Amino acid sequence: MRSDGPKASLGLKISAAAGLIFMIAPLLLIFVYAFTTEEKSYQWPPPGLTLKWFEVTLNRPDVWQALTLSLQVAAISTAIALVLGTLCAAAVSQSDFFGRETISLLVILPIALPGIITGIALRSAFSIAEIPFSFWTIVLGHATFCVVVVYNNAVARFRRTSKSLIEASMDLGADGFQTFRYVILPNIGTALLAGGMLAFALSFDEVIVTTFTAGQQQTLPLWMLEELIRPRQRPVTNVVAMIVVLVTTIPILAAFYLTRDGDQIAGSGK
Amino acid sequence: MTAAVSLQGVSRHFGIIKAMDEVNLEIASGEFFAMLGPSGSGKTTCLRVIAGFEQPTHGHIEIFGENATGVPPYRRNVNTVFQDYALFPHLNVLDNVAYSLMLKKAPRAERHKAAEAALDMVKLAGYGTRRPSELSGGQRQRVALARALVNRPKVLLLDEPLGALDLKLRESMQEELKSLQKALGITFIFVTHDQGEALSMADRVAVFSGGRVMQVGTPEEIYSKPNSRFVADFVGSSNILNPDQVSTLTGERRWGSLRSEAVRLAPEAGSALAGTVTTKNYLGATTRLGIDIGGGSIHALVPSGQELPDIGARTGVAFERSALHLMETEQ
Amino acid sequence: MTTTALAITERRPGLLGWLSDQFWRHPGMFVLLLLTPPLLWLGIVYIGSLLALLFQSFFAIDEFSGIVDYSTLTLKSYAELLRPANLDIIVRTVVMSALVTLASAVIAFPIAYMAARYVRGKWKALFYLGIMLPLWSSYLVKIYAWKLILAKEGILTWVFESLHIGFVLDGILAIPVIGGNSLSVSYIGTFLVFVYVWMPFMILPIQASLERVPVNLIDASSDLGATPQQTFRKVIFPLALPGIIAGSIFTFSLTLGDYIIPQIIGSSRLFIGQAVYAQQGTAGNIPLAAAFTVVPIVIMGLYLWMAKRQGAFDAL
Repeated sequence: MRSDGPKASLGLKISAAAGLIFMIAPLLLIFVYAFTTEEKSYQWPPPGLTLKWFEVTLNRPDVWQALTLSLQVAAISTAIALVLGTLCAAAVSQSDFFGRETISLLVILPIALPGIITGIALRSAFSIAEIPFSFWTIVLGHATFCVVVVYNNAVARFRRTSKSLIEASMDLGADGFQTFRYVILPNIGTALLAGGMLAFALSFDEVIVTTFTAGQQQTLPLWMLEELIRPRQRPVTNVVAMIVVLVTTIPILAAFYLTRDGDQIAGSGK
Repeated sequence: MTAAVSLQGVSRHFGIIKAMDEVNLEIASGEFFAMLGPSGSGKTTCLRVIAGFEQPTHGHIEIFGENATGVPPYRRNVNTVFQDYALFPHLNVLDNVAYSLMLKKAPRAERHKAAEAALDMVKLAGYGTRRPSELSGGQRQRVALARALVNRPKVLLLDEPLGALDLKLRESMQEELKSLQKALGITFIFVTHDQGEALSMADRVAVFSGGRVMQVGTPEEIYSKPNSRFVADFVGSSNILNPDQVSTLTGERRWGSLRSEAVRLAPEAGSALAGTVTTKNYLGATTRLGIDIGGGSIHALVPSGQELPDIGARTGVAFERSALHLMETEQ
Repeated sequence: MTTTALAITERRPGLLGWLSDQFWRHPGMFVLLLLTPPLLWLGIVYIGSLLALLFQSFFAIDEFSGIVDYSTLTLKSYAELLRPANLDIIVRTVVMSALVTLASAVIAFPIAYMAARYVRGKWKALFYLGIMLPLWSSYLVKIYAWKLILAKEGILTWVFESLHIGFVLDGILAIPVIGGNSLSVSYIGTFLVFVYVWMPFMILPIQASLERVPVNLIDASSDLGATPQQTFRKVIFPLALPGIIAGSIFTFSLTLGDYIIPQIIGSSRLFIGQAVYAQQGTAGNIPLAAAFTVVPIVIMGLYLWMAKRQGAFDAL
């Protein structure tokens, strides 16, 4: 850890390094276990390494179904969150209306309260309104807590986009819709993309709310939860775990590269 | 001849704050018009109302005889040079300048040609492919100017156009703006808090205070015949005489203003006004003396080279009666 | 250059042109229109659900039929919370949340301090990703990783045995209450996983508040003769405190409501989240479940109120 300014003390270096290792090493372990030949236990060190379980996993229809469902839910929830989050951010940053603090709080609440509360509240509301569980009840829950990620990213960028840019565009003859297309969208585009990526990762991984809003259908995290409580074929779980790590890493890296120049750091408000 | 811009009883209230209060203005076609005032005086709000960024709470606006009340900015053939320039960061200089032509769906080649010509006009030919972030402040302002002029608007609005530039750049830009306006014949309206800038550049000046227009007139009128204490004070270098002092001189109980350079030093005996010298500032060609005449002080700009009383010495003050301007209002 | 004769141009034809003019004339209406979809969604669907849940806590289940009696409002469910078994659950959860928060702060601080003050350039980006990737990677996978680590035949046991200090592990496991058959069924295991999963949420707020401490303030302190320890205690720590409190909002709240971690790694003793889950699920006692959810809401409300007074929200 090179530093240009003052030198960090050895104790600080060691404790920071130890902390980072504590954070990262368990995730790397997942990659090793995906190749183990051991079937019945979590034996370490692995008695042997094999690629066999990748093939087995690829041929498991339940894994594919869960993966497809998760991707669909994440895609649609992200789309809804993008619309709602951008609208909210635009309204909050375009004017100083009464109650904008309340709006911010409202958006943050679904993620600030423990997930179990959001989950059980939605579930009891579904039962009161006699809405049967379906694909859409899962989406409803996910979109609710994904709004905040898009909102945070969009609000930060709106704040940087000076109001006079919008005025300049209108001054030069662009009406509201043209201004949105030619000035606002190009300026907030990367922030929205980053927000969308993070919302996707959040939805793809969510389990706590989903247990309450899903009926018979299994998203990938629900499938994993089932395997954690009642393991059936451990090596398949190992492989799925590795795939999940990879799938969530991509949008996070993408969001990082999209927002690294300036802005607040994407994802700090998970 | 119809006025370029006509405001009739225009008010703009933000809650209880009256940013503009019953403003009436007629700005003639082809005029170089300045709106002068301290911050919060309503001059910028007035500019924004003309551009269409703000809507009047009451009153009526016409632009070249056409009703502009309730017309959004994008339908007014009025363009603005913003104080922060507001160049689009995602477009290069050429596309910034060609933005309004793009909206009009002008063919690509045509709009690029027009944009090049506009850049040439502001002496930035060849800068088209740069990003706004790669330009200096002065260059950005020229781009903003080219962008606002490329469409040949009926009226050009400039919000504190020289505020962010350094002194030397400001002077050359003043010249350029004036000659540009002459060449194009477009009505220019600019907002400034700098009285020197307003007086030296504009054909006519409106002085704003507290959301109201205090006085409209040529720089000469504003300078030598301020109609109120506020104008005399803000435009500066005028002495203000209170009604008591004025009445001893003229018999009329009115507020009066007296330009510093019209004040001469005279022997104390025989002078209507006399006092003690309190300050003495050497300004090069002239020296500025502050003289306490009891109930206020008077400044005199005296050509350098003549013998001056010391600080603390008493002196008389003289001036031509015609140099004393009596004001109409009480404020 | 084109010349336009008119001072006022015609509206763009079509609905969009008309709408655009209307929005400009009525900016308040426009903002309202922007807000309508999100407000309908969050305000009505989400807040509505929360209120409905809260409302249900004021009913009680009929002890004989096992059916919720919606005819009378009662505080019976809240009284039930105070039964020793339920009170136990609440105390256990709050103590665990507090310990997890404390441990998270201790581990997170050096990382945040290093990231805020010492690493620059390429290292900073790497450091940042090293924090963000674990923060954002799958919750369940993280738990699963620890199931692998803590298992009796897993890597931790192996490490202890390889170092010939297996007796240390056995000794720890033999401690009453916090020990157990293996780490994965003990409180220690639950605690470790909680810390692992929620600790990353502590780093960024601390880092943010430390980055706002001017470097010359620290230099000034050592110029005035303070030892590094004194500088830390008297200057750095107080300035970082809002960040620590902001981070603790996450670690505390997230631990308080979690029901999956103690279900997978830990003993059979319940936490609030598990109690809620069990009451609404198998027991079918929605009113009691609702009353249970009020507990974290109230605790978090108090916590947020105190945090706000400490100025922690600026560090969020």
